[in-house]
Amino acid sequence: MKKVIQIAEAVARIPDGAVLMIGGFMGVGTPDGLVDALVSAGRRDLTVIANDTARPGVGIGKLIDAKLVRKVIASHIGTNPETQRQMIAGETEVELVPQGTLAERVRAGGFGLGGILTPTGVGTVVAEGKRTIEVDGVPFLLELPLRADFALVKAKRGDYLGNLDYALTARNFNPLIAMAADVVLAEAEAIVPVGVIPPDAVVTPSVVVDHLVAKEVRHG
Amino acid sequence: MDEKTLIAKRVALELRDGNLVNLGIGLPTLVARYLAPEVNVFFQSENGIVGMTALADEGLVNADLTDAGGSPISAVAGAAAFDSAVSFGLIRGGHLDVTVLGGLQVDQEGRLANWMVPGKMVPGMGGAMDLVSGAKRVIVAMTHTAKGTPKIVKRCGLPLTSVRRVDLVVTELAVIEPTAAGLVLREVAPGVTVAQVQAATEAELIVPEHVATMAVAG
Repeated sequence: MKKVIQIAEAVARIPDGAVLMIGGFMGVGTPDGLVDALVSAGRRDLTVIANDTARPGVGIGKLIDAKLVRKVIASHIGTNPETQRQMIAGETEVELVPQGTLAERVRAGGFGLGGILTPTGVGTVVAEGKRTIEVDGVPFLLELPLRADFALVKAKRGDYLGNLDYALTARNFNPLIAMAADVVLAEAEAIVPVGVIPPDAVVTPSVVVDHLVAKEVRHG
Repeated sequence: MDEKTLIAKRVALELRDGNLVNLGIGLPTLVARYLAPEVNVFFQSENGIVGMTALADEGLVNADLTDAGGSPISAVAGAAAFDSAVSFGLIRGGHLDVTVLGGLQVDQEGRLANWMVPGKMVPGMGGAMDLVSGAKRVIVAMTHTAKGTPKIVKRCGLPLTSVRRVDLVVTELAVIEPTAAGLVLREVAPGVTVAQVQAATEAELIVPEHVATMAVAG
């Protein structure tokens, strides 16, 4: 049986300086319980790989607000002026990656591939310092895989073994990052008995999920 | 009619029944409002859905159903949700018929710059580079000038989004088709002359004998 652990216990395993992949798109599909606990614990010098940094006070934006992030690898930071401010001030390093390329680099990291070839970015600043490989006369950029120490995944449901499904556009990067990290922590809206999510409906198989984190129980 | 509405109404005429379409944030989003009733298209949002539609009522907000800007949306019957790899597989893999994007500059080669202004605005490219590289048809919907400064230029001074030649540029003054020979002026807006368009354009325009008056959706 997959060990369900408390959020604080999950976050206690994450050291300062860790490389984190965090699910979510503008905060939708971001595991807020884990993010809040990281902020409370004051983990520092984090590298965050995610689609975006949402907005101040929202999702990954909370880690930015608390100045806990040393480096961001994302496709978009335009909605978060604080990320831009920290980047311009030299406080946070930002690597911008085209969104489809980011998804494929994470997928490559999780799927055991040495990289991917994409037409996106050929002839632009994104191509600087990268190898261009021609296939049948068409140029592609070689983009390298990404992996992380921890993936912080938001699911709709997780069963007690760790099988996951997702909700609508809250899915986004979550199933990809669940394959690409040494330790996968999944925060589900609901933890359900094994069998409730039928095999055909499982999106992330339990074998890649290390822990489900229980939501804090609030009384009264 | 304000200029953004005019642009959106003209772009709406480019969409065909059955198309899979991705509309960028901002002006391009307006295009969805002006589709003819007989034209049924599927709208894709790059955060992972085909079949998005405007939210009918604020009471129907679902926190897990948003557009690429994070705003609540709704989904049509037959919609499908998927992860970001599938979403960009649709975009890059030749499945997306049309993308409509905003622009900062388009040059004589038909190349688009729309994702950053060095030293001023570095928001990141999001999905724009994949969309321009991968969509079957790329339509740029933008104002003709930035407060009088031409945005259709000889050569983009801003970093390119892609080296791919876009298919059509629609502004409040004109419809311009980038071709291998250069930028062809296809239509001018009602009441606008060819000379006025040329005066507001830094790039050279190829002006055919017949330049139509811009049609707009009803």
